[in-house]
Amino acid sequence: MRAPRTDRFRAGIFHGLLLSCIVISAAMLVTLLLDITLDGAGSLSFDFLTNSSSFKPELAGIWPALMGTLWLMAIVTLFVVPVGVAAAVHLEEYADPTRWWNRVVEVNIQNLAAVPSIVYGILGLAFIVRGPLSLGPVVLAGALTLGLLVLPVVIIAAREAIRAVPPSIREASLALGATQWQTIYKQVLPAAIPGIATGVILALSRAIGETAPLIVIGAASFVAFAPSSPNDVFTAVPIQMFEWISRPQEEFHQLAAAGILVLMAVLLAMNSVAIWLRNRYERKW
Amino acid sequence: MATAAAILGVPRRRRGEQAIKGLLLLAALLSVLTTAGIVVALVEETVSFFGEVALTDFVTGTDWSPLFAEPSFGVLPLVTGTLLVSAIALAVATPIGLGAAVYLAEYASPRVRRAVKPVLELLAGVPTIVFGYFALLFFTPEVLEPLFGEPLQGFNALSAGVVMGFMIVPTIASVSEDAMSAVPAALREGAFGLGATKLQVATRVVFPAALSGVVASFVLGASRAIGETMIVLIAAGLQPNFTADPRKSVETMTTFVAATAKGDAAVGSVAYEAIFAVGTVLFVLTLLMNLLSIRFVRRYRQVYE
Amino acid sequence: MLTQVAPRVVEERQTRPSAPVFALEGVQVLYAGVPAVAGVSFELYENEITAFIGPSGCGKSTLIRCLNRMNDLIASASVTGRVLYRGVDLYGDDVDPVQVRKRIGMVFQKPNPFPKSIYDNVAFGPRVLGAAKDSLDEIVERSLVKAALWDEVKDRLRSNAFGMSGGQQQRLCIARALAIEPDVILMDEPASALDPISTAAIEDLMLELVEDYSIVIVTHNMQQAARVSNRTAFFDVDLDGGRRVGRLVEYAPTETIFTNPSDQRTREYVTGKFG
Repeated sequence: MRAPRTDRFRAGIFHGLLLSCIVISAAMLVTLLLDITLDGAGSLSFDFLTNSSSFKPELAGIWPALMGTLWLMAIVTLFVVPVGVAAAVHLEEYADPTRWWNRVVEVNIQNLAAVPSIVYGILGLAFIVRGPLSLGPVVLAGALTLGLLVLPVVIIAAREAIRAVPPSIREASLALGATQWQTIYKQVLPAAIPGIATGVILALSRAIGETAPLIVIGAASFVAFAPSSPNDVFTAVPIQMFEWISRPQEEFHQLAAAGILVLMAVLLAMNSVAIWLRNRYERKW
Repeated sequence: MATAAAILGVPRRRRGEQAIKGLLLLAALLSVLTTAGIVVALVEETVSFFGEVALTDFVTGTDWSPLFAEPSFGVLPLVTGTLLVSAIALAVATPIGLGAAVYLAEYASPRVRRAVKPVLELLAGVPTIVFGYFALLFFTPEVLEPLFGEPLQGFNALSAGVVMGFMIVPTIASVSEDAMSAVPAALREGAFGLGATKLQVATRVVFPAALSGVVASFVLGASRAIGETMIVLIAAGLQPNFTADPRKSVETMTTFVAATAKGDAAVGSVAYEAIFAVGTVLFVLTLLMNLLSIRFVRRYRQVYE
Repeated sequence: MLTQVAPRVVEERQTRPSAPVFALEGVQVLYAGVPAVAGVSFELYENEITAFIGPSGCGKSTLIRCLNRMNDLIASASVTGRVLYRGVDLYGDDVDPVQVRKRIGMVFQKPNPFPKSIYDNVAFGPRVLGAAKDSLDEIVERSLVKAALWDEVKDRLRSNAFGMSGGQQQRLCIARALAIEPDVILMDEPASALDPISTAAIEDLMLELVEDYSIVIVTHNMQQAARVSNRTAFFDVDLDGGRRVGRLVEYAPTETIFTNPSDQRTREYVTGKFG
């Protein structure tokens, strides 16, 4: 008993419309990637990677920006891994969830995960660049600002990884006369490392592309040299590209596209590592 | 009576563990400190700001020119700019995102899902500056200018809005799809058993059941749109036009903050303080929306789990 | 028909009057203020296997977890009365639960090896308790021998514990518990997740270990209790004014419990009329 023709027709249209949503999204992504590749591939070269910024497009390169980004990511990692994992351990292993102050912490983390990135820039400007810390618009200030931005990502991922370790492991450890901290340090955390690493990579993927907070805290647009200490002024890849996009000459737009290609390549590599980690070490308890 | 020490042995000193507990707590409290920091940073300068600018002028004025010799601080153009771009973005993202969600939840085979999900994840991972580039240097010249011709400015709200819409599609799609997948199979099977078609089940059974999750995804998407900076900064220009015409350039709350912080406003000047006043509006607005979406998520999770 | 107790076992086992290892006095366990097990008073003796039997919900698992303070892990649980271990009240103010667990080890119902190598599983306890690094090899071998697992794994000590069968994993958990040289071993339904052959292996192991350790086991398998234990404690659920509370009904040498119990409820349980 087949459905009447009008019904089948309508069902077909509906199915088609839904599918087209996917197709449009994919098409947009493909167009974007194609456009950037076409614009930028021509400018990719060894010189491009190693040159400094310049007023002449033929001589311009992203070396200081690349180094700035690397410095930022290194300090962000050093910041978010211990702090994020520590916060996650506290919330999962020590905190009494019925106490009001622990609930305040949890709500805070949820909210902070959704605050616009530019507000973190304002926070950085007021407290880290100026205000109590007064570091000035240097690498450390940028890294701390970005670190605060992505910290909730690390905490949330670390909590999930810790939660996934079954209680039976903790019980077994405690029953052998280990203390709670020994159990966490020697059993729970090692088992949670793959999940934590994936979370850190996700956080860094987010941080690496952030432009707005760095603009607000004063990342420089014209820096000739790579940073040599956390106290140096700096630029970063997204900032450099913003600078080039803002120029009227098309040659600089092409350089921006090339920079984007480099950025996307790095992001692809990072996410591949995250996916590989997840697949290789995901444990079926 | 035997002593505990004699039978059980003397416990090893573990003062180090107490110190560790304290450090862990401090790490968790950093989140509270961050929120407090944001609030303090914003409130302090905002209060100064309203010492010099009347609240009514701010809230009802339609002229935003903070850097002029005779400055004006009517925030409405920034608000309308934000709303215009966000509305366009949501108009694009909602149907596409929901369509993708329904497709993934109700129609797609596991193989198709495995192929499609990475597309959405990729879209979600593209840095916003890349979208900004695409909007200014492809979408406006190649798509919009042929369509609209002369009246379209090089910097315009439409380009930023549409591209931002695509940026938000993964947010709406994933939260909605999550909500739809949470609808128990039993509900669907019941409807199919009564002779309903797939279309009817998707639209009349699953979608209403997942409604609070769908609303949550919308609110979350809106919050992201309102808080987004780079796409608008690059593609919509910085003219605080008080307009509903998407072909014009606009300035949003976020782009004002970015441009002014980058620019020449002297520390302590009213223009500098304006950054924080506008930042406060932004923060409060997105906070309320996020709390709202959490409410909605909780509602659909509670019903089914 | 009352459960047959194998004649060989009856001969070998004598109810030796040995020292009490545990003495429970009026022990009550409450969850969020509601009693789950109440009014338990009896003694457990050295170098004996004592079995806790009874229908589900009678509190036997709850009670055994009092003996090594594992109930501490449940936030809403509280214990009243006295649990004396060799004269020391385990719930006294000056008692550190970590110290308790070094003397009183536990094996769980579902084998729970750590996601590490066989070697690292057995060595974990000694390591956290501060054993010298060069003594670990010997400790690991000794424990695996005692757990009747050495021959099977001696060539693959560094391989992951998860690669073993269920029965082997449980014996690994026993070896792990033995490695810290406890005084008592508690076993909470140690063989219920295992096949009959592995179960028999575990039971044989228990009979060997009891020469050097005191063992308390919880089991829902009456035949198992009859096979291995010297003394049996039968628990049942009382409907105490609408609330279900576990109580100790009868505690006697195993042969008595299974061939000539004093309490009617014991008789009914061991003859399979309920539970």
